[in-house]
Amino acid sequence: MGRVEGKVALITGAARGQGRSHAIRLAEEGADIIAVDICRSIESVGYQLATPEDLAQTVKEVEALDRRIVAIEADVRDAAALKEAVEAGVAELSRLDIVAANAGICTVQTWDEVTPRVWQDTLDINLTGVWNTMVAATPHLIAAGGGSIIATSSTAGIKGLPFLAPYVAAKHGVVGICRSLANELAKYSIRVNTVHPTGVDTPMVAGLGGLDPILGKDPQLGPIFMNSLPVEMVDPRDISNAVLFLASDEARYVTGLEFTVDAGNTIR
Amino acid sequence: MGRVEGKVAFITGAARGQGRSHAIRLAEEGADIIAVDLCEQIDTVPFPMSTPADLEQTVKEVEALDRRIVAIQADVRDFGALKSAVETGVAELGRLDIVCANAGIAGGNKPGWETEEQAWQNTIDVNLTGVWHTCKAAIPHLIEAGNGGSLILTSSAAGLKGMQNIVDYVSAKHGVVGLMRTLALELAPHMIRVNSVHPTVVDTPMIQNDWTAQLFRPDLTNPTIEDAHEAFRGLNALPILWVDARDISNAVLFLASDEARYITGVTLPVDAGFGAK
Repeated sequence: MGRVEGKVALITGAARGQGRSHAIRLAEEGADIIAVDICRSIESVGYQLATPEDLAQTVKEVEALDRRIVAIEADVRDAAALKEAVEAGVAELSRLDIVAANAGICTVQTWDEVTPRVWQDTLDINLTGVWNTMVAATPHLIAAGGGSIIATSSTAGIKGLPFLAPYVAAKHGVVGICRSLANELAKYSIRVNTVHPTGVDTPMVAGLGGLDPILGKDPQLGPIFMNSLPVEMVDPRDISNAVLFLASDEARYVTGLEFTVDAGNTIR
Repeated sequence: MGRVEGKVAFITGAARGQGRSHAIRLAEEGADIIAVDLCEQIDTVPFPMSTPADLEQTVKEVEALDRRIVAIQADVRDFGALKSAVETGVAELGRLDIVCANAGIAGGNKPGWETEEQAWQNTIDVNLTGVWHTCKAAIPHLIEAGNGGSLILTSSAAGLKGMQNIVDYVSAKHGVVGLMRTLALELAPHMIRVNSVHPTVVDTPMIQNDWTAQLFRPDLTNPTIEDAHEAFRGLNALPILWVDARDISNAVLFLASDEARYITGVTLPVDAGFGAK
């Protein structure tokens, strides 16, 4: 029997990268999936975001595992669209147990190059988007009698990584939401935890094109980005394994945790 | 295939309670076990400690899962005995991958400044120095094998927050976090991971006794454990009385497995939200 057999998981940013990996890992262990992604690029982000073809690929890979998936194009900034997407998914799959609030963007620049647009888009997607996801999903979890919410933060949700100020602010904010809701939702047996990856081998990180050019401006800041374990990046599946643990009943009494999957980045 | 198939786990305090549960859970997922326990009473501990019969029961349950187990009576306060126990276990089982530094005691029921010196010393010796001894005895085998490894140190929800009237316990469990964080840095180049688990009240013999009832109900004379139920519930954010040993074992299993291959330096609460409050 799968470790999340019979459960239904909502995943934002599910078209590719960590989101797709979560969908596949949870489906491997028996969950059905509600997959949401914006599937279009945003002007302020320098790399290409996911496409409808990416989301279709996630659908294909989940269905190949003989699980059901409802895929919907929606923007996490649009609370109404998100609410509707969750309702459509729950109507079709009949329940909701797991929420992976994963959708996020990232831009790299020095503080004086952060435009108001970049600041606002990063906060809107990475922080308000997580909030919108929880607001849309939580009534369904309460109806199911409990559940597990996993929000994707970052090592940048723990440390003040340079050249990433809007991202760092949003990812710290995610921790605040989760700490607060862990207390508020405990009485419904809903657990709320965050995962904090170091660099993950995904299109987002590849799209940033490395930090070397910007670190050239201030080389002594380089070690802040280094891991303790002798690995430069981790795989999406490493994050998915942590998400799976938190989603499963094996973690039925784990809540309020900031779970680093960071190769020891934040303990240095 | 089991989630820790082919690995060998060294577990202290393995005769009963959480330690036995870890042995069984890891064996269910394919690990062989080196089980160590004192199996004797320590005179400042106000409840019965484990016995040789308890350790024998752990052996029986692991063998029933068709896994191998080497069980040795040893005191975590005695580094020489622990070192030789690990050597015996590794010689017989061929390797070492996982270390669960779980052995622990509790006692006292007084404010910190009134705690007896011997009680303080015993708790620090078992719950902190014993954990260091366990790591010190095991780590050379992990480094030498070159396969990486995973050490899981049992701290407590009281390893991250203060709690009244058990200053020795709280101090030792906080110390375990410092030990974990430092070893995580020192061992990272060897791909050896070090994490701690932080349980809330667990349904084990360390909790199911008159001393614990009195600790949580100082207002009553000779309270029963049932009298302490509301106080236990009050610790947790989730609406539960306590957690099962198996809940801690599931966290230990995850950290021990390759699924957590890049997780190190984490203080993992299995505390029903005790720390979130």
